[in-house]
Amino acid sequence: MLDGRGALRRRAGLRLWLSAGWQAVVMLAALFAPWLAPHDPLAQDLMLGRLPPFWLPGTEPGYWLGTDSLGRDVLSRLIHGARVALIVALVAGTATCLIGSTLGLIAGFYRGWTDRIIGRLVDIWMAFPPVLFAILLIAVLGTGLSSVVIAIIVIDWTRFCRVVRAEALNQSQMDYVHSARVAGFSRPRTLMAEILPNVLPVIVALLTLEMGIAVIVEAILSFVNLSVSTDRPTWGGMIAEGRIAIHHVWWVLAFPLAALFLTVLSFAQLGEGLRDRFDPVLR
Amino acid sequence: MAEALFRVEALRVELPDMTRKPLFGPVPRLEILKGLDFEIPRGAVLGIVGGSGSGKTTLGRTLVRLMEPTAGRILFDGADITHLPDAAMRPLRQRIQMIFQDPMSSLNPRLTIGRIIAAPLNATSRDPRVAEALGHVGLPAEFVHRYPHELSGGQRQRIGIARAIAMRPDFILADEIVSGLDVSSQAQVLNLLEGLVRDLGLTLAFISHDLSVIRRLCDRVIVMQTGRIVEEAPTEALFEDPQHDYTRELLDAIPTPDPTVRW
Amino acid sequence: MSAFLEIRGLSAVLRGTDLRLLRSVDIDVPVGTVRGLVGESGAGKSMIGRAVLGVLPRAVEIVEGEILLDGRDLLAMPPVARRRLIGARTAMIPQDPLTALNPSRRIGRQITDRLVDILGWEPARARSRTLEMLAEVRIPEPERVLRLYPHELSGGMRQRILIASAFVAEPELIVADEPTTALDVTVQKQILGLISELQARHGTALLFVTHDLGVVAKICDSLSVLYAGKVVEDTTVARFFEAPAHPYSAALLAATPRHTDPASSLKPVPPAVMHAVGAEIAAADRSWRPRHG
Repeated sequence: MLDGRGALRRRAGLRLWLSAGWQAVVMLAALFAPWLAPHDPLAQDLMLGRLPPFWLPGTEPGYWLGTDSLGRDVLSRLIHGARVALIVALVAGTATCLIGSTLGLIAGFYRGWTDRIIGRLVDIWMAFPPVLFAILLIAVLGTGLSSVVIAIIVIDWTRFCRVVRAEALNQSQMDYVHSARVAGFSRPRTLMAEILPNVLPVIVALLTLEMGIAVIVEAILSFVNLSVSTDRPTWGGMIAEGRIAIHHVWWVLAFPLAALFLTVLSFAQLGEGLRDRFDPVLR
Repeated sequence: MAEALFRVEALRVELPDMTRKPLFGPVPRLEILKGLDFEIPRGAVLGIVGGSGSGKTTLGRTLVRLMEPTAGRILFDGADITHLPDAAMRPLRQRIQMIFQDPMSSLNPRLTIGRIIAAPLNATSRDPRVAEALGHVGLPAEFVHRYPHELSGGQRQRIGIARAIAMRPDFILADEIVSGLDVSSQAQVLNLLEGLVRDLGLTLAFISHDLSVIRRLCDRVIVMQTGRIVEEAPTEALFEDPQHDYTRELLDAIPTPDPTVRW
Repeated sequence: MSAFLEIRGLSAVLRGTDLRLLRSVDIDVPVGTVRGLVGESGAGKSMIGRAVLGVLPRAVEIVEGEILLDGRDLLAMPPVARRRLIGARTAMIPQDPLTALNPSRRIGRQITDRLVDILGWEPARARSRTLEMLAEVRIPEPERVLRLYPHELSGGMRQRILIASAFVAEPELIVADEPTTALDVTVQKQILGLISELQARHGTALLFVTHDLGVVAKICDSLSVLYAGKVVEDTTVARFFEAPAHPYSAALLAATPRHTDPASSLKPVPPAVMHAVGAEIAAADRSWRPRHG
């Protein structure tokens, strides 16, 4: 028995380290982009256009991952693009999580009319097609990073609300919650001290998932040119540009796609890894 | 005779019956408790017995005010607590404690034993009362660092008892606290409870479906069937000379560990 | 008379480890008798029942021993033949009548499906046999009950359905895993009476897993007391309740509540007994070498 759990934990540990490592790389890139990027991500030089990545013939020194059709350095654009991705993941993910989880906890724990109101709101909210909703919102708010963040929050809080509500409802029927009442604790204290720690693993898992989703949503909005303006490199924007020229310069599409994929995957893995490691019940 | 610790008068509890909810219109009400009258004298150990659906668990939860009575009165130590709001109830909570059936679900799985016992005391797990409570239930003080899932079923149930007695209550409700345990832990927990009731002068209501356990522990027994009290008697009398048919049926159905006794 | 079910030297470990879950278990269940498997939680009593039915969880690995059903070793058979043999000649009565029936299918189909699809009966024959069986477990209006869904019946009724379903194909062995633990005592008495009656009438061999020595006294002919996956006592019911031979089983019996004699029951198991039985198992483990394959 012990052996089985040990092996499970080792695997979880490796997964945790790999995803945390990739997250660290993205984080460093985002923080120190101006210093790390070898070139200006916006500098165009048609003489240096369509340079392949370093392991292919016909490269120029210093352009590790090649250049796009306009001669912009792909690596520098990737590094700068990490900024947008990370801001969206952290800000939009956290805010979505806070709003959705709070409402979900309240609805699931207090039940009654609060639950009915929040529940109806979620139902109505979810009846809107999300992508259309986002596009409409940005049409109203105007493009820009803050609009993207707001759009993600507005669309995705329901995801947290529903799952957290169900879990809080589930936990509030456990006897340890009754026992807290018998002990004389107030309802808000019971919610914070008894229910929250038990719902937290679910919230953390959802949060990391949501961070990945936020990055994807931003990329989708960039792809349809509704995110930040084109003078700021984003992974989604790069994918959109790379798609057009995929036959000549596949690397313009491949590298941002890989970065996006790894980032989203590592968010999800980070969530599971954290849970396996820090949940006392699973330990 | 001195005033009883608990006095229950014409207690009724109704719940909405969701299984029969019509598509439109009000939810029908299901009557769980149909007018109960009884007393729990100070220092008594009262057994409450009945089958599933008899309302014994609802009665317990109503006594400790986890459920709201529909009608009737509950007096605790002379004070009417029937509809006391949460805030007014809180000072009394310390005096009315409960031990739950399933020690796994009644101990918050993400807190250490120390915090579980200390929290209701508004203390830290280093508070001497925590170690004292653990000592009362025969567990070492080192247990404060453990988590509930690291303990055996019997140990968990003893933590449930420790949490209740740490508050120095006047009254403890024990709801089917040994029915999930192995017989060896069951005997241990019952002996422990018996000793604590005697040493700490507790008043105990002991809900169980198992009459053999009730016989061992209680001085009075209430037999419940479908929301009514069908018989109330001192334990000896109930076992020697049961008056109600349902009581006799319950007694006959106990599988005694003796193959020579015909069933 | 040879036993219909014979378990010989059955040992199991947690897959991939040396942790022993069953320790050279020997159990016989002759035709027409009831064998109780008694022990506390974690003693391995349910595991033995599941091993016989071939439904062990993947984490449990049998490392040696034989499970002989009518003289044929289940463990030495190819999986398909084993499944067919188990399906045709055994049945089980599960513990929880609430989850053992599929909530979204009618009672009738849940019983007849196995007869038609696995045993290849004509649907009409399966139906008439099922009706017969429902009458035998004293279910009123069997025709109507066949069309009901499980939630429309009480817990006791559902357990009757499961008993009918176990006996319907005339199995020679039934494994009952704590079949009355979830029921009220009054219902338990009826259900145990029913199982006893059907077992005697059909001459079935019954392996009855329970934690309750009271139930053993009422329904079994012989019993095996398990501790940590080892049979510490194998005896007849009459002899056991007269004078249990092993100190652990004696302590278990003294811990069992007995309302007719409250003073001498519910005795905690003395620590010395637990030490002794623990040492006995450790000693057995030291001399044990698994014969793999």
